[in-house]
Amino acid sequence: MSTNTQLAAGALAGRQPTGAGRSRRPDRAQSRIGITFVSGYTLFLLVFGILPTFYAVYLAFTKANAFVGIDNFVKVFNDFRFLPALAHVGLYVAVWVVSLILLVVLLALIVHSVRARWLSSTVRFIYYIPGALAGASSVMLWLFVLDPTVSPVSFLLHALGNQTLVDTVQLDQLPVVLAIIAFWTGAGGWIVIIYGALNNISTDVMEAARIDGAGPLATAWYIQIPLLRKWIAYMAILSLAAGTQLFVEPRVLSQATRGVVPLDYSVNQLAFLFAFKQNDFNGSAAISLLLLVVALLLSVFFVFRGGLFERD
Amino acid sequence: MSSQHRRPSARSTRIIALTASLAVAGLLAGCSGGTGEVNSDYGFATAEQVEDSTITIWADASRQPAVEAFEAAHPEVKVDLVVDDGSANGSATFQTKIALADQAGDGWPDVVFSTQINDASWASKETNGVQAFAAPLNKGFIDDEFLSGFTAGALDPVTIDDTVYGLRNDLAPVLFWYNKALLDEFGYEVPATWEDYIALSDKLAAEHPGYFLGSVGDTFLGTYVYYWAGAAPIFTLDGDKFGSDLSDPNSQRVTEMLDHMVANGTLIQDSVFSAEFVAKADKFVGSPGPVWFSGALFQNPDSVNAQAGQWGGSDPLYWEGDDKVTGNVGGGMWYASSHSKNLDAVKTFLEFITTDKATAGTGGLPAYQAAADTWLADQSSSGFYDGDFESAVGAAASSVWDGWGYPNFSVETAYAKVIIPGLAAGKTIEDLAAEWQTEMENEAKVAGYTVG
Repeated sequence: MSTNTQLAAGALAGRQPTGAGRSRRPDRAQSRIGITFVSGYTLFLLVFGILPTFYAVYLAFTKANAFVGIDNFVKVFNDFRFLPALAHVGLYVAVWVVSLILLVVLLALIVHSVRARWLSSTVRFIYYIPGALAGASSVMLWLFVLDPTVSPVSFLLHALGNQTLVDTVQLDQLPVVLAIIAFWTGAGGWIVIIYGALNNISTDVMEAARIDGAGPLATAWYIQIPLLRKWIAYMAILSLAAGTQLFVEPRVLSQATRGVVPLDYSVNQLAFLFAFKQNDFNGSAAISLLLLVVALLLSVFFVFRGGLFERD
Repeated sequence: MSSQHRRPSARSTRIIALTASLAVAGLLAGCSGGTGEVNSDYGFATAEQVEDSTITIWADASRQPAVEAFEAAHPEVKVDLVVDDGSANGSATFQTKIALADQAGDGWPDVVFSTQINDASWASKETNGVQAFAAPLNKGFIDDEFLSGFTAGALDPVTIDDTVYGLRNDLAPVLFWYNKALLDEFGYEVPATWEDYIALSDKLAAEHPGYFLGSVGDTFLGTYVYYWAGAAPIFTLDGDKFGSDLSDPNSQRVTEMLDHMVANGTLIQDSVFSAEFVAKADKFVGSPGPVWFSGALFQNPDSVNAQAGQWGGSDPLYWEGDDKVTGNVGGGMWYASSHSKNLDAVKTFLEFITTDKATAGTGGLPAYQAAADTWLADQSSSGFYDGDFESAVGAAASSVWDGWGYPNFSVETAYAKVIIPGLAAGKTIEDLAAEWQTEMENEAKVAGYTVG
C-alpha cells in the first residue's frame, strides 16, 4: 500500500548522510530502485486498469462502433432495475463505511491502550484472521451463520424474528447483513493499520497531554483522532471504492437463496447482466462509468476533507 | 526481475509501451468476426473443417459419465471435456462464456450441455454481428428421420420458426407423486384432478394437521409444477410478444388453490432441497412433481429415502372438464456449435449421447423415444413404485401443455424475487399477483420483447 511505502521511504531518507557531494549517487540509485518497484504495478495498472477504463469510455458512448452520445446512459437510467440497485448500494455503502470508521477507530484505540503486550498482539492477530479469507469463501461461511436452522447464533436470529434464511436476507435488512459480512472480513486489516498509525504519534505529544491532565477519552478525542485524520480518509476512500463495487456477496447469497436475493441487487451485478445476459456491452460500460464517476467524486471529497494530499 | 538490468526504467517504459500497443490492437481486433457464406449442405455458414480435430464439450458433472462412455465407444473421436455447472439455477454460464467468445472471436466449444431449456432463445440469434452460436440441426446437418425419433414435443423448446437448434437430453414432465403408505393409513384416494387435490388438502388439514401435499418454496415448484401444469398463461411467447396474464381464469384458479393450501397448511414453504424439508419428509403425503423427483427425492438416501412400494406415481392432475395437460421442469439440452471445425464428430457425439440405451437421459427420462421405452421398462420392472408408473410417466411425457413460452429469461427469477419473500412475510399470491406480473413484464422488456 502506498502509505507503507511512504513510511519506508521516510525512514530511509532519515538515515541518509546530508553532504551534497555524497548524496547525488544514492539519490539516483534510489530513484532507479523506486521506479523498478513501481514499474510492475504500473504495468498491471495500465493493462488491467487504465486501458480497460478507456475501452469502457469508448464502449459507453458508442453502439455497434458508432458514436451515439448519451443514449447508453439514458437506456441504463430508464432500466427498471437501475434505481433500486442504486438505492441498495447507496444504503449498503452508507451503513458500511460509517460503521467501519466508527468501530475500527474505536477498536484500534482500545487495542492501543491495552498495556499487556501479549494481549494486544493476540487481539490484533485475531482481528486480522478473517481478512485472510477471500470474499466468496467468507460469504460461504456466513451462509451458515445467517441460516437460522444451522446457525451457531440461531437464538439471536430467532430473537430478531428470522425463522428461515429467506427471512434473514429480506431486502430491507440486507444492507445491514452485507455490511456485517464486509466488516467482519475487512475491518481487521484496518484495525492493524490504524494501530500502526497510532504508534506513529510522537510520545512527546502523548506525554504532554497526560501532564496537562488529559484522560484516555480526552487524549483520543483531542490528540489521536485529529492526528489520524489522513488515515481515516484513506480508509474511507478505499472502502468506498470497494463498497460501490459490491458484487460477490449478493451473487453468492442469490445462489444460496435460489434467487430471493435478486441477481440484479447491486449496480455492478446489473452491469454484469447487461454485458452477459443481454449482450449489451455498451450499456454495461455506461454503468461502469457511472460507478467510476460516483466513486471518484466521493474520493475527491474525502481527499480534501481528510487532507490526504497535504504535507505535514 | 528488471532490477538486475542496468537501465530498468528505459526497459520498463518499453515494456509498457509494447503491452499498451498490444492491448489496443487486441481491443480493435475484438470487433472482427461476422458471418460467412451459408454452406448448403448444413444450412449455415460452417467454419473450415479440420478432420480428426479434437471436439471440446462443455457439460456438468452429472453428464461426465455419459461423455466418458462416448469416449470408450468412439475412441476415434478426440474429446476435450470441460466440466462446468451446466448453467444450473439460472447461473447462465453457457451464455456468459459464449458472449465472451463472441466478443473475442475465438474460443467456442463444439458441443454444450445446458440444464436450462430456453437457451435457444439467444443461441439461435446473431449477436453484435457474430454468427448465432447454435447450429441449425434440421437444415441438412442431422437427418429428419433421426430427429423424428424424439418424443412428441421434446424439441419444442429449441424449435424456433421450424428450425431445430438443439437436442433434448431428458424429459421432465410433471406427474402426481403420492405416498401410498400414508394414503392407505388415512383412507384417502389418490387425487386425479386439481379439484380432488384441493378437497384432499381440506380433509388432510382437518384430520391430520402437520401432514402436507407439496411445497411452494422452490421457484420451479410454484411456476412449472402448479402454473404450467394448471395451464395458466402467465408465461407465454408469440414471436417477439411476451404475455403474462395472472387474471386469466386458469391463472386465478391456480392462485386461489395455492393461497388456499398455504393457508390451511398443506403447502409448505421449505425448499424440497432443504434440511427442513427432509426433517418433515415422513409427513409428506403427495405432490405434483417432475419425473426427476424419483432420483432427487424418493430414491435419495439424503432426502425422502423411500422404501420400495411406499411411494407411487400417477397420471398428472388436470382441471375437471379441461384438457389433460401438465407442466415440465427442465430437462437438459445439447447444442452443437455453428463454429465447430469438426461437425462430423459433433454429429456422432450428439446421436450417441441422446440414443445410447445405457446412457441416454443421463439418469432421467430420455427424450429419445426408443431409449425412453427401455428406461421406463427398467423402472417398472424394478417395482420400486406403486401403481402403473410406466403409463403415468408416459401420459405425462406426451401431455406437456404447449401454451408455455421459452423466452430469453426465466419465470423463476420474478417468482424468487416477489413471491417467495412475500409468502414468507405472510402475504398471499393474490396480494402479490400484480407486482409479480409487472416484474415479469419488465424483465421481458429488458430482454427485448414486446409486452401485450
